[in-house]
Amino acid sequence: MTQQGTHQGPYYYVPSPSYWPLVGALALLLLASGAVLWVNSYSPGPLVVFAGFAVLIFMMAGWFRTVIRESEGGLYNKRVDSSFRWAMSWFIFSEVMFFSAFFGALFYARVLSVPDLASVESQMLWPDFSAIWPNAGPGFKGNFSPMEAMGIPAINTLLLLSSGATLTWAHWGLLKNQRTQLTLGLILTIVLGLIFIGLQAYEYSHAYSAMNLKLTTGIYGTTFYMLTGFHGLHVTIGVTMLIVMLFRVLAGHFKPDHHFAFEGVAWYWHFVDVVWLILFVVVYWL
Amino acid sequence: MEATAMGHADSHGHGHQPTGLMRWMTTTNHKDIGTMYLWFSFAMFIVGGCMAMTIRAELFQPGLQLLEPERFNQMTTLHGLIMVFGAIMPAFVGFANWMIPMQIGAADMAFGRLNNWSFWLLIPASILLVTSLFVPGGAPAAGWTLYPPLSVQLGMGMDLAIFAVHILGISSILGSINIITTILNLRAPGMTMMKLPMFAWTWLITAFLIIAVMPVFAGAVTMLLTDRHFGTTFFSASGGGDPVLFQHVFWFFGHPEVYIVILPGFGVVSQVISAFSRKPLFGYASMVYATASIAILSFFVWGHHMYTVGMPVTGQLYFMYATMLIAIPTGVKVFNWISTMWRGALTFETPMLFSLGFIFLFTMGGFSGLVLAMTPVDVQMQDTYYVVAHFHYTMVAGALFSAFAGAYYWLPKWTGHMYDETLGKIHFWLTMIFFNMTFFVQHFLGLAGMPRRIPDYALQFAEFNKISSIGAFGLGLSQLLFLYVVIKCIKGGPKAEAKSWDGATGLEWDLPSPAPYHTWETQPLVK
Repeated sequence: MTQQGTHQGPYYYVPSPSYWPLVGALALLLLASGAVLWVNSYSPGPLVVFAGFAVLIFMMAGWFRTVIRESEGGLYNKRVDSSFRWAMSWFIFSEVMFFSAFFGALFYARVLSVPDLASVESQMLWPDFSAIWPNAGPGFKGNFSPMEAMGIPAINTLLLLSSGATLTWAHWGLLKNQRTQLTLGLILTIVLGLIFIGLQAYEYSHAYSAMNLKLTTGIYGTTFYMLTGFHGLHVTIGVTMLIVMLFRVLAGHFKPDHHFAFEGVAWYWHFVDVVWLILFVVVYWL
Repeated sequence: MEATAMGHADSHGHGHQPTGLMRWMTTTNHKDIGTMYLWFSFAMFIVGGCMAMTIRAELFQPGLQLLEPERFNQMTTLHGLIMVFGAIMPAFVGFANWMIPMQIGAADMAFGRLNNWSFWLLIPASILLVTSLFVPGGAPAAGWTLYPPLSVQLGMGMDLAIFAVHILGISSILGSINIITTILNLRAPGMTMMKLPMFAWTWLITAFLIIAVMPVFAGAVTMLLTDRHFGTTFFSASGGGDPVLFQHVFWFFGHPEVYIVILPGFGVVSQVISAFSRKPLFGYASMVYATASIAILSFFVWGHHMYTVGMPVTGQLYFMYATMLIAIPTGVKVFNWISTMWRGALTFETPMLFSLGFIFLFTMGGFSGLVLAMTPVDVQMQDTYYVVAHFHYTMVAGALFSAFAGAYYWLPKWTGHMYDETLGKIHFWLTMIFFNMTFFVQHFLGLAGMPRRIPDYALQFAEFNKISSIGAFGLGLSQLLFLYVVIKCIKGGPKAEAKSWDGATGLEWDLPSPAPYHTWETQPLVK
């Protein structure tokens, strides 16, 4: 039934049947139901969540191995490559919209809800409340220190910006087929990313132990941790992907004209970088 | 330009094609996946429909008969979530999977495995949603809009719904990325953007909307989750947050979502009306621009869902005018459909009947939408049955009718048989009559002040509620006839020709009926 046509290559690659999607669906079922049990303090919760992660990692390893083999086997032509480009662009767009929801919450709190709570109408309830930022809301008892922009966050900004540069330098190496430059650039990027995550972890622990700044510290703590936390999660995912790229580079993968996996990870890394710049300005600085 | 051939990985391993259940579980074929989407959607339609009939049974007469008030609210909540995310959206993704590659001359969707994952993610999500009925505290009861503070206070059923929404979001985002990539990258040579069938165009725009707003919804329910369990104060005034924030974030998703539900239906109806009028679609280009305009405007009108929440007058005025602007591109579309029929050689097979029903009733839903768009009027009507009537005219008579139109239109292509025309027409008329019996009277109930999401009501509402409930049961039972027609069509019937309808246009009608497992392995040349 399938015709291979003339002597030209196929115009598009359609994968053969695969059970990885089904494994992925199982992973998410375990993760979701485990998380529901966990947050409601039912004992098997953590176990089910870890099982879900295990299945998810198994799925990703297997699925990506298949994709890498197909790619290295020369099954992906230019048209498949441009599909990947469209898909990665739209995926990053969806991530932008996810972060927008949380930035929206931050702006809403700063521009609308906190000033409203200090307005004339609310003074009957909370006479002493004033709309300064940072703010943990009229019900918050106690003191907390907000995170200063010019300490660790400024260093982190520098780290991420440099990592963007080193990654581009690595990409140039790949394009010019200078594998040492590629490897070195990638390693530098990964190291910078790891230092960023380390400093972020230190900042969190310092905030919890010395500044009384917690997730539960009203709307300031809420938006601070949710925004920087989701960003940190994305940096972690990005570093993981960069490490996979490093292994692939060491295994001799990628050619100057065929390396979208690398480029897609680079796009993702730059996206995470841009999110940080916005975070640095509106969460830490202003 | 020369046509090029494509290769299937499975062609290298003849005999290794899994059979039986494994075929469906591992498939990367757009037709298999489309079929699964359509059956899943129908199953969810029945589940959601049973919930609707439970609601109507309770409302058959005043007083509490069948359900505790909490159960009643759980029914309305799950009915909404299941119908929107389980029935209507997957139905159109099913159509997209089956038809878009055939319509644009592509061998398959851009990402076969991802496509399969998008489908199979629906199963865990629906398991979570349905399981919520049986956990302590029951299913979420805050309405499908999940407003806090109620949704922050509810039991673990709410957590199940939150994670179900996350999974549904992943599924529809991945599905949309696949559809966009397929349309942008896999069109046959000569199939320029302005030659795309309207169904493909409307789906391209719908997919963009899904990618733009589903992540925002995921963000909103994530905030609910952390407020519920981790002590954040997004929606708590004492911590400096605001429950109204949720409404803003939700409706920033929610308004585009209602167009996500209806736009693919616009595409189906555009093609069906053109086919059965035996004329090209009137104003194709303006149809494309109108669809895009509706999509863009949908991002700027969310406030009309929350006029009564305590919004400044300036905000109300802005949202009122912005909302009314949407009537312009929508009017363009209705005008074009009618102009397509003008002096056409019309015949009234079932797909055409459903499309005409769509135009008639969806336009009424659009008009009641304009009524509700007016702030001073809406302040009276907010959360009454008038709103329920309005959105069922768009969701049922709009999205569902167009889905039926599409199903009857393409059934011959899918099965290779013509369906039973007489039974199809009976299905249409039963649906049409019972739909109006159910929902038309709800306008009067709403105008008289009956609130929605209430299991009991004042005596003066009894007659209209009785009519509505009888209609609802008729509407629900009529759909079993649809199931029968579809099964009968799959089993046999008159042989369908490649071009099953003499007025039909598009590449899918160049393929044999039933369409072979792999199509367009050599891309056609479109002139």
